[in-house]
Amino acid sequence: MSAPKTEWPLWEVFVRSRQGLSHKHVGSLHAADATMAISNARDVYTRRQEGTSIWVVKAEDITASTPSDKDVLFDPANDKVYRHPTFYDLPDEVKNM
Amino acid sequence: MTQEMDLNQRFEAYIASDQKIEAKDWMPDAYRKTLIRQISQHAHSEIIGMQPEGNWITRAPSLKRKSILLAKVQDEAGHGLYLYSAAETLGITRDEMLDALHTGKAKYSSIFNYPTLTWADMGAIGWLVDGAAIMNQVPLCKCSYGPYARAMVRVCKEESFHQRQGFQIMLNLSNGTPEQKEMAQDALNRWWWPSLMMFGPNDASSKHSEQSMRWKIKRFSNDELRQRFVDMTVPQAELLGLTVPDPDLKWNEATGHYDFGPIDWSEFEQVVAGNGPCNRERIETRVAAHENGVWVRDAAAAYAEKSAERASSQTSAA
Repeated sequence: MSAPKTEWPLWEVFVRSRQGLSHKHVGSLHAADATMAISNARDVYTRRQEGTSIWVVKAEDITASTPSDKDVLFDPANDKVYRHPTFYDLPDEVKNM
Repeated sequence: MTQEMDLNQRFEAYIASDQKIEAKDWMPDAYRKTLIRQISQHAHSEIIGMQPEGNWITRAPSLKRKSILLAKVQDEAGHGLYLYSAAETLGITRDEMLDALHTGKAKYSSIFNYPTLTWADMGAIGWLVDGAAIMNQVPLCKCSYGPYARAMVRVCKEESFHQRQGFQIMLNLSNGTPEQKEMAQDALNRWWWPSLMMFGPNDASSKHSEQSMRWKIKRFSNDELRQRFVDMTVPQAELLGLTVPDPDLKWNEATGHYDFGPIDWSEFEQVVAGNGPCNRERIETRVAAHENGVWVRDAAAAYAEKSAERASSQTSAA
């Protein structure tokens, strides 16, 4: 599908909902530049005090893993149960561990 | 091993186990097309839906009502934008969608092709039209396509204010002067049947329903949702002291539901075919807004390009 010249670039929007939390992806929007992207993101994604800080990133600048790599990337962690504390059986007498 | 698994099998397994499909996952073409059609129509409905209410912003009876209506119409714009973004994750561009709307290739909810004649229509739209929309939209929060489901969670959170403010307008009018109550009744008379039509054709004649249910895009059938809406709304009308314009409407003790009269589907088909009272006006207004905004979009793009050039020449000079 063609991308006509008239369309402003696509930006992904991340919002920090309150101090102490990390920014979270909330959606995307079109804007001519970063300044406009921030101001549009304010209007589109924070009309009800949903945020204290906004990040915008051009969608084309994001590198993502591909779904077909999912097994290669994430399966190897499946058989390493010893990374979890519940793997270790300890006597009940041991406290605070 | 799973890499060799048939992609379609994996897709079906995801659907069967209620996992979400995400933008980059493989999906059947027909699933993609169905979603693009549904999400873009939904977005168009939000955007066109700004017009019947926008009609009353300058004539709202008080500053408070005006602020509320402005906020509501702004929400509709926001909902349209969430949904356009969700549709774009499927590989269609914003321009393609707008073009389909402007040329009449894409549909939007036919309810917005009815005129808003009095202030009471702002009440009836919030109460009935948004009420019906919520009934349709809440199950979509669990739809199998992740970006659509997430957009719908946001939409539904915001929509409940819309319905409550509409009901409050109806309540105030119903408790007002006889003329005001008459105005509320007239609005109910005009919006009741079109609201029931919002749930779409009867299950037997709905051409997209079955496949969408199988893909878990849709969770309940048109008739199920319509019945729920009637059951929920009739007692609210009684509370307002207004009469639902359906002589066949009556409580059915045996089924535990309200029975209601037949819907005039020929009217629905006429409006969908473009012959409703306001179809032409709605599209003309939308196209004019788009065309009158060309210079703004061009200017912003030119400014962005110039600023970027200036920034890069400063960097290279340094």
